[in-house]
Amino acid sequence: MSERLSVRKTYKLYVNGAFPRSESGRTYEVTDARGSFLANVARASRKDARDAVVAARAAFPKWSGATAYNRGQVLYRVAEVMEGRSAQFCEEVAALEGLSTSKARAAVDAAVDRWVWYAGWTDKLAAVLGGVNPVAGPYVDFSLPEPTGVVAVLAPQRSSLLGLVSVLAPVLAGGNTAVVVTSRNRPLPAVTLGEVLATSDVPGGVANLLTGDAGEIGPWLAEHDDVDAVDLTGAPAGQAMELERLAAGSVKRVLRPPAEEPDWTADPGLSRLTPFLETKTVWHPIGL
Amino acid sequence: MAGMTHVLDPDALSAGAPLRPEPPAPFSDVTRSDAALRAFLHGLPGVDQVGAEARVGVLATRSIKTTAKAWAIDTAISMVDLTTLEGADTPGKVRSLAAKAKQPDPTDPSCPQVAAVCVYGDLAGVARKALEGTGIHTAAVATAFPSGRASRAVKLADVRDAVAGGADEIDMVIDRGAFLAGRYLDVYDEIVAVKETCGDAHLKVILETGELVTLDNVRRASCLAMLAGGDFIKTSTGKISPAATLPVCLVMMEAVRDFRAATGRQVGVKPAGGIRTTKDAIRHLVLVNEVAGPDWLSPERFRFGASGLLNDLLLQRQKLHSGHYSGPDHVSVD
Repeated sequence: MSERLSVRKTYKLYVNGAFPRSESGRTYEVTDARGSFLANVARASRKDARDAVVAARAAFPKWSGATAYNRGQVLYRVAEVMEGRSAQFCEEVAALEGLSTSKARAAVDAAVDRWVWYAGWTDKLAAVLGGVNPVAGPYVDFSLPEPTGVVAVLAPQRSSLLGLVSVLAPVLAGGNTAVVVTSRNRPLPAVTLGEVLATSDVPGGVANLLTGDAGEIGPWLAEHDDVDAVDLTGAPAGQAMELERLAAGSVKRVLRPPAEEPDWTADPGLSRLTPFLETKTVWHPIGL
Repeated sequence: MAGMTHVLDPDALSAGAPLRPEPPAPFSDVTRSDAALRAFLHGLPGVDQVGAEARVGVLATRSIKTTAKAWAIDTAISMVDLTTLEGADTPGKVRSLAAKAKQPDPTDPSCPQVAAVCVYGDLAGVARKALEGTGIHTAAVATAFPSGRASRAVKLADVRDAVAGGADEIDMVIDRGAFLAGRYLDVYDEIVAVKETCGDAHLKVILETGELVTLDNVRRASCLAMLAGGDFIKTSTGKISPAATLPVCLVMMEAVRDFRAATGRQVGVKPAGGIRTTKDAIRHLVLVNEVAGPDWLSPERFRFGASGLLNDLLLQRQKLHSGHYSGPDHVSVD
């Protein structure tokens, strides 16, 4: 009997809960750390980014309007499905980042744990970041955090899963919807995460994953009038300043990139949650 | 010999048969009886549905970019019949729609006006007043829109009321029940009566193609409406799905083209309902140009019945001018 031929994969984008090809029809090859072929993935164009923003905007009212408890449950369910796929994640992370099996395993476990950690934050944000403000007048005055809106995320280029989860989960936990441009050379865990999101309870359009070049799509997202915030973590070296300038045209929230990609295993605290939350303060008259 | 056919058509001899105006030559004798009209309509060349779908499929792949796209967007905006046909419509909503019709994009004075504002008959007066002096037409739907299920007296009263209110374009619905039952002459007579009641107002005849089942029926209904004197043939009320589709529009464009070739009278086409994106609109414009010809590429001969389409056209227009994507926060909600 002849040897079985393995099925070569050409992955697609994850937009609006579906897996479309790039509108441009483009794909590119992904290789492992040693340079041998792994898979073809779609190379997203600006029009894919535009479609993803439309999907994210449409998904925003329902996702941001869900109760914090419900959002936490949905995100926790994602972690459950990720856990079930951990072998696939391990294989991809090991191949792309050139890690040993045990180190890849540790990175995937950390990613799942990170997702659970952020899922737990959804119903605690209001208590920690909001509260009743003492004011010198006959008012009940309270503040509460609200999501910023549609967030464009340029995911880290090196850490393919833990880094991706560390930038995506806080955006979703706060009630925002996201358009993510994945790592260009290490996109496979993001593709698998798309499959995880599609088979968990996250509504279509809440998270959209575009494989491709952040240098190409980033400017279109930064300048897009219907994107409310942009996370420049994975922006190509030297391009962040230009992206921030483009984002200024529509007064976006901008999360500047660190000087170099941080150690994602460190405790992030609230540093990635608060940039995509707005504080609403209500003055309610009393005793009148 | 001309008398022979009359003898063979018992309908033509029945006492009290109304004297109806003749359609234009060479079709002047086809309405002499129900049987003759049926024979004529069923004798029209059949429509190849697969062929029609293939043709629109090919035309839909045309790439319209840069300056051509800018022209197409501006042309499409100038062809929009900005429509609100909700039970919850108020004079205030009609006035705000009229304001949008006059200046679709307040940030850009170079943006063209739309062609007309389309409302229910009782609000035609409000629309007319708000559009005074702008050259934008006031269109009103009439004849028991959208079902058309009312007696002829009620339908004609509906038309009179809308015209008296100031509508200079009337969108009527045909009696689909009668059409599908094969009582073509009833449908014809009704359109003729409505046209007469319209006076100077333009008449758009809504075929409600979503209920006509086949493209052959679309072709027949188009022909019937044109024979009866309609100034426009319009696909749908927008209340039934499917509404305007490209194959239906193709058949209607062919019908108006052939009708002009035969009679010299040029009838307009208005796809309505279901056209929501700039891409859809541009595909329709390509179809108009390729099937009927550039003579139809003007608001006098081609319209889009839509409410949401205008916003997408404006977003695309802003994108072309600014170089970056715009968002729904930059256009009005209605």
